[in-house]
Amino acid sequence: MTPELFIQYLFAGITYGIIYAIVAIGFNIIYNTTGIINFAQGEFVMLGGMIVITMHAFMPMPLAIALAVLITMVVGALIEMVFIRWLESPSVLRMIIITIGISILTREVALHIWGESVRTLPYFIGNEVTSVSILGARISPQVLWVIGVCSLMVAGLSLFFKFTSLGREMRACAANRRAATLCGINTKNMITLSFVLSAGIGAMAGCVMSPITYSEYDMGPGLAIKGFTVAILGGLGNSVAAVAAGLLLGIIEAFSISVLPLAFKDAIATTILLLILFIRPHGLFGSSEAASLKEF
Amino acid sequence: MKRVLSSVITVVISFCLVAGFTPASIAKAENIKVGAILAVTGGASFLGGPEARTLEMMVEEINAKGGINGNKIDLIIKDSGANPEKAISFAKQLIEEDKVFAIIGPSTSGETMKIKNIAEEARMILISCAAAEVIVNPVAKWVFKTPQKDSDAVKKIYGTMKDMGISKIAVLTGNTGFGNAGKGQLEAIAPEFGIEILASEVYDKKETDLSAVVAKLMANKDIQAVVNWSIVPAQGILAKNMRQAGWDVPLFQSHGFGNIKYVEAGGAAAEGIIFPAGRLLVAEDLPDSHPQKALLIKYKNDYEIRCLGEECSTFGGHAFDALTILVAGIKKAGVVDKEKVRDAIENLQGVAGTAGVFNFSPEDHNGLDINSFEMLTVKDGKFAIYNK
Repeated sequence: MTPELFIQYLFAGITYGIIYAIVAIGFNIIYNTTGIINFAQGEFVMLGGMIVITMHAFMPMPLAIALAVLITMVVGALIEMVFIRWLESPSVLRMIIITIGISILTREVALHIWGESVRTLPYFIGNEVTSVSILGARISPQVLWVIGVCSLMVAGLSLFFKFTSLGREMRACAANRRAATLCGINTKNMITLSFVLSAGIGAMAGCVMSPITYSEYDMGPGLAIKGFTVAILGGLGNSVAAVAAGLLLGIIEAFSISVLPLAFKDAIATTILLLILFIRPHGLFGSSEAASLKEF
Repeated sequence: MKRVLSSVITVVISFCLVAGFTPASIAKAENIKVGAILAVTGGASFLGGPEARTLEMMVEEINAKGGINGNKIDLIIKDSGANPEKAISFAKQLIEEDKVFAIIGPSTSGETMKIKNIAEEARMILISCAAAEVIVNPVAKWVFKTPQKDSDAVKKIYGTMKDMGISKIAVLTGNTGFGNAGKGQLEAIAPEFGIEILASEVYDKKETDLSAVVAKLMANKDIQAVVNWSIVPAQGILAKNMRQAGWDVPLFQSHGFGNIKYVEAGGAAAEGIIFPAGRLLVAEDLPDSHPQKALLIKYKNDYEIRCLGEECSTFGGHAFDALTILVAGIKKAGVVDKEKVRDAIENLQGVAGTAGVFNFSPEDHNGLDINSFEMLTVKDGKFAIYNK
């Protein structure tokens, strides 16, 4: 393999990986405050992409993106308030079923609003054939946008959860909801906030990746499965680990294409998911001690 | 209370009975009932939507002009959502309950194959809008189809490659019925044209990025061209990934590329894509003497006015052809009799449609040959005839 080809595969892998990672982070945020997996996470990405494409017809790109993220955040908040907030100490299983229901509902609504056609946002810089040369490999500038924006979001979130009191309150909810309530934390608001946050980053990812991947009403479930694999691979709840796991999976997938037929790509992700569930259920970077204390 | 309820039920039932046997329904019996099973919603709605709108538009026009030999058409459209099970039950319903004269559709090959035998056993004229060759090969007495053959599309592509001096290619296909059928034809016909397939890859129909496989193929310097056989969105993604990687070998697509929306989705990367298609997309560029020109331009304008500027695609044209052939058959037979109309359709010659000029025979229930395809390319975001 020539060095140019190596770099080309590497960047293809990073592009896949960072997209998986951002969905995984969405899972993690909600998991961190509620202890559940929100299977409608892929739908937030879809909504972000579809709304920004609609908005872009009427306004400049940055404004359209800001608005799309805001609208999706409101949708996230509404979903939490309508379907989840009023439940009194729901079981994990019930919450999961509810989020799967929300995912199907959102998709159907999107089908009625936007129809079944595939849409795309223009490239932020240049057009469909523009590429920049990095170490002999040629990469679309949009890939760099995706990598940059996603890295910023990850860094921002880590700081938020570690160093702000709001972030600490959200984490307290996850550790023990009753104890958090006794400390004066409004756990219900924290859960709403976690949906708003994960809807926001999902939508942002949906905006920056739309020129590369296109957007359509049923793109959510595919993303959710890959994102879930990555979240489990990294260890649920750990955003930095999710990025590492995402990049790992993406790069493995990209290099697998060099030796295996392309059709096996998705089988590799599923195999990794199964292996991890059997061998290290707490993930590559998680600790088994912490995992055993959690309900799910 | 019970008595009141039962009398209400009696009244309701008798109303239904009376309504069912009023002169109105007797008058309707004089009309020709045409059933249509189309994927108006669901994954194949890009086919079924335009097909349904085309049929509605044509039936309105035919009835406004007094119908066929004085008989008006009653159109019954059933939305199968591209689901073969639904197609089967709708076919039975149309045949047994609605007692239609003929069925147009279904939109997809999978559905058509499921109801092929049902139509055959019920002696029901079925004119499919789906592409797969197996629909009419082997020939079933009552089954016809309007889209061009997959194998002719492949031959047209290989013929063009030969003219360009291309002999070593890579083939990429989506994992759909359409993609698999195309892959089979591409591999089977290649030796006939002296073409060697150096690499063949199948990808998931929901694939979002193909840059890694492009890198893999690009490393093989012997590959002179790429053929992609899929539906959206991968046909646009592949074009983008190839051009971004700086790989500028010719990219050929299937006849599934025949919608200007796909060109818009591909943007600058779609420029120069070569693909076979019916002449509908380039109607304005045809010479005035061409037998299809007037018809194509009329259909295009009528459709775009009716559907509020929605660009016309080749897919709606398949339904246009199906109804055109049925009407031509009825006119030729002179009577509304299934057996006679079927015989008439089988012997139709030189009927111009959107896909080409149809010449049916007892051996050929498609009626189109390779000349119904034109090689097209994308120039400045528009379709144009490809000139070598």
